[in-house]
Amino acid sequence: MTQTVTETVNQNMSDDSQPLLQIRNLEVGFETQRGLVSAVRGVDLTLYSGQTLAIVGESGSGKTTTAQAVIDLLPSNGRVTGGQVLFEGRDLTKLSSRAIQDVRGSLIGYVPQDPMSNLNPVWSIGFQVEEAIKANNVAQGKEARKRTIQVLKEAGLADADQRLKQFPHQFSGGMRQRVLIGIGLSARPKLLIADEPTSALDVTVQRTILDHLATLTRDYGTSVLFITHDLGLAAERAEQLVVMYKGKVVESGPSQQILADPQHPYTRKLVAAAPSLASRRIQAARADTVDSEISGGTGALDADLIARAAEREADSSDADLISVKNISKLYRIRQRGFKYNELLAVNDISFGVKKGTTTALVGESGSGKSTVAKLFLQLETLTSGSITFDGIDVASLQGAELLKFRRRVQPVFQDPYGSLDPQYSVGNTIAEPLVAHGVGDAKQRFARVTELLDQVSMPASTRYRYPSELSGGQRQRIAIARALALKPDVLVLDEAVSALDVLVQGQILNLLTELQAELGLTYLFITHDLAVVRLVADNVCVMKKGQIVEAATTDEVFDNPREQYTKDLLEAIPGGNFVFGR
Amino acid sequence: MPSNNMGPRTRVGQAHYIAPLEETPVDEIDKLDESVKARSTWADAWDSMRRRPMFWISSVLILIILLVAAFPQLFSPFSPTFCELKFSNQGPQAGHPLGFTRQGCDVYARIIFGAQASVTVGVLATLLVAVFGGIVGALAGFYGGVFDAIVSRVGDIFFAIPTVLGAIVLMSVLPVRSAATVALVLALFAWPQIARIMRGAVLTARNSDYVMASIALGVTKFKILVRHVIPNAIAPVIAVATVSLGIFIVAEATLSFLGVGLPPTVMSWGNDIGQARTSLRTEPQVLLFPSAALSITVLSFLMLGDVVSDALDPKERARR
Repeated sequence: MTQTVTETVNQNMSDDSQPLLQIRNLEVGFETQRGLVSAVRGVDLTLYSGQTLAIVGESGSGKTTTAQAVIDLLPSNGRVTGGQVLFEGRDLTKLSSRAIQDVRGSLIGYVPQDPMSNLNPVWSIGFQVEEAIKANNVAQGKEARKRTIQVLKEAGLADADQRLKQFPHQFSGGMRQRVLIGIGLSARPKLLIADEPTSALDVTVQRTILDHLATLTRDYGTSVLFITHDLGLAAERAEQLVVMYKGKVVESGPSQQILADPQHPYTRKLVAAAPSLASRRIQAARADTVDSEISGGTGALDADLIARAAEREADSSDADLISVKNISKLYRIRQRGFKYNELLAVNDISFGVKKGTTTALVGESGSGKSTVAKLFLQLETLTSGSITFDGIDVASLQGAELLKFRRRVQPVFQDPYGSLDPQYSVGNTIAEPLVAHGVGDAKQRFARVTELLDQVSMPASTRYRYPSELSGGQRQRIAIARALALKPDVLVLDEAVSALDVLVQGQILNLLTELQAELGLTYLFITHDLAVVRLVADNVCVMKKGQIVEAATTDEVFDNPREQYTKDLLEAIPGGNFVFGR
Repeated sequence: MPSNNMGPRTRVGQAHYIAPLEETPVDEIDKLDESVKARSTWADAWDSMRRRPMFWISSVLILIILLVAAFPQLFSPFSPTFCELKFSNQGPQAGHPLGFTRQGCDVYARIIFGAQASVTVGVLATLLVAVFGGIVGALAGFYGGVFDAIVSRVGDIFFAIPTVLGAIVLMSVLPVRSAATVALVLALFAWPQIARIMRGAVLTARNSDYVMASIALGVTKFKILVRHVIPNAIAPVIAVATVSLGIFIVAEATLSFLGVGLPPTVMSWGNDIGQARTSLRTEPQVLLFPSAALSITVLSFLMLGDVVSDALDPKERARR
């Protein structure tokens, strides 16, 4: 990246050769108890009008902080400690908070990450859109109301004038994000900053939202600054890419060039670990057996393990370890007064899981996949149907029998921040199942904890630490160690890698595959992410609205999807059709 | 992929840039930094508390007050019951820095010896409330159902009665009036507050993923309550209990002042303030000093409560 100022400031050149946004050597720090911690350390980027630029990085890389610094939305303890943010030649970091208010909204729009918390629940949608329109002086009075309806129509809400009076809770996540995009674009800003605009949404919704955003910004000639952790999404949606790592830009330039030919070791790791890419690799590895060249990056799957998985698949012809037959779960949701609404979360589904294999339940939010996991774990009771585990009907289990079942079937939950007791040290957390089942004496438990920590590749000294000191990936490894403590037969992994960064996710998936091969574990893998399924599952059940729409081996589902819904899901994987470099 | 297939010409400032590796070394993925010392939530809370001067000021004051309450004779050479009318309403003099009451008793000695009753009532009532309210609230929140409904409604009834008013009525009919009965009566009307806070905190902790994980591990419900839920719900109770200790001391003084608290034979700040009322115009210091002792004690506990609740709330801590 050239930093010579004379090149870019040339009054005679046409308008589009002048960058719209130019960030130069930006530094941002946060005041904490331990002094000033720098979060962004000398970032440069250039964005021209009409372009889309994506900042890619894992959590803590400083990508969001960079975007927040542009429009002065940093948290109260953060401040710009150096560098410039030039927007049409004006340095935004030098503006007063009054002046930046005029820039925000009218010149630079912002679409926040979480559509659930960024609309005020006590005001109607119409009121909130109108407020934004008035605040940015787009229109006033009656005009403003008209404009509100127009914005909502543009946002893709068909019956906009009816929808005005509704409240955020009456909108789905996707619709809310459309509204937020509408608000962000309502003043026709020159630049739109979209901070992970679709990370909280299902893939199919994500696709329509991103298509919609692309159409709107193309029509208005708006530049877009995308913040994302998803390399595939960046590749698909942005011409320009900036890869950030620990507050620094490690690689930047045309996105296709970077993804096809990553140069910096970090970018290479990131590209290698991107599930949509790796999923192709597994396929290749299975076709031409073991290709030693492929097992390169630490984040990517080991070819050796894949071969073993194939072997396992071959000799798993015996009876099902878990057999689910026609199960249903009906929830009664209390309405006002004494009325109840009925919700059929799981509707008559059946599947079987063979010993030593991985079966993935895939579906979007509300498809009932997590409910199936809870039903199997005996955390919820069945409404009808039966689940047998190793020949025993699990619904009939009581007392000691149930305890025995719990010993053999262990869960790992999604949220690595919530599933560990913050008051328990890691050692006590892992030892808890041993204590609960009265396994061994204190000395043996101590040894077992050490052994388990080693199995999940954590140093033995971790036992004295507390969850708050660990990263998400490390916590998830502790959760896996706890689940393995009793030497179970089955692990139920409920979105176990969904909250993790790509590289960490790859690492955990590798770990899980290794453990499966080593200990002969059976996995029930619940996820919304098809790309991950490709990496680890032998069989797939695609769920929609409480039913299984398609169930087959992973290869069949990916190569030859029969149902339209499965095809839509596969289509919607961001960057799924993009050819990455190696 | 051929590299010429990359769209329009590269513009100024957008050429492919690769950071020098020396400046951006790549760490091992998700490695644990073993150089950082291990620490628990409680250690963190302690760390945040000891950085605040308010914590040290209030702790030192409370320590002094507790010492005075436990060993008053160490702090005053004179007996508070040794009164001579010849000193009646006299000002400060050598050995008697705060002067004398109307009865000719040493004000300083009375304050020192009065601490015991006030602190005893405060500590006793707080303990009763924290233990009873805490247990009831925890059980109600954790098990829910009918028990919860009954406890909540009964709590509401007590909640609706002002503590001091209820205590006045009850104390005036009780045959025995001592520090223990005053504390018991105060606790009787004050437990619902702690119970409510505990119940709310338990409800939050009960629905957390780690409780779900423990159930799936096969840990029994009661053990989950004791080992996971209560430790995670106790913080707000500790904070509120510290504050209410101060409030109980005020309540005791109020009751004694009104003549329904501790009997006049017991030395207490409330009694002294009540008696000083009569000579307020001529000898204000007789009223002033016990009141100041009361205020400082209560303030110390309120300050400590404030610091403790901040320290136990990670969000509040992050803001400092």
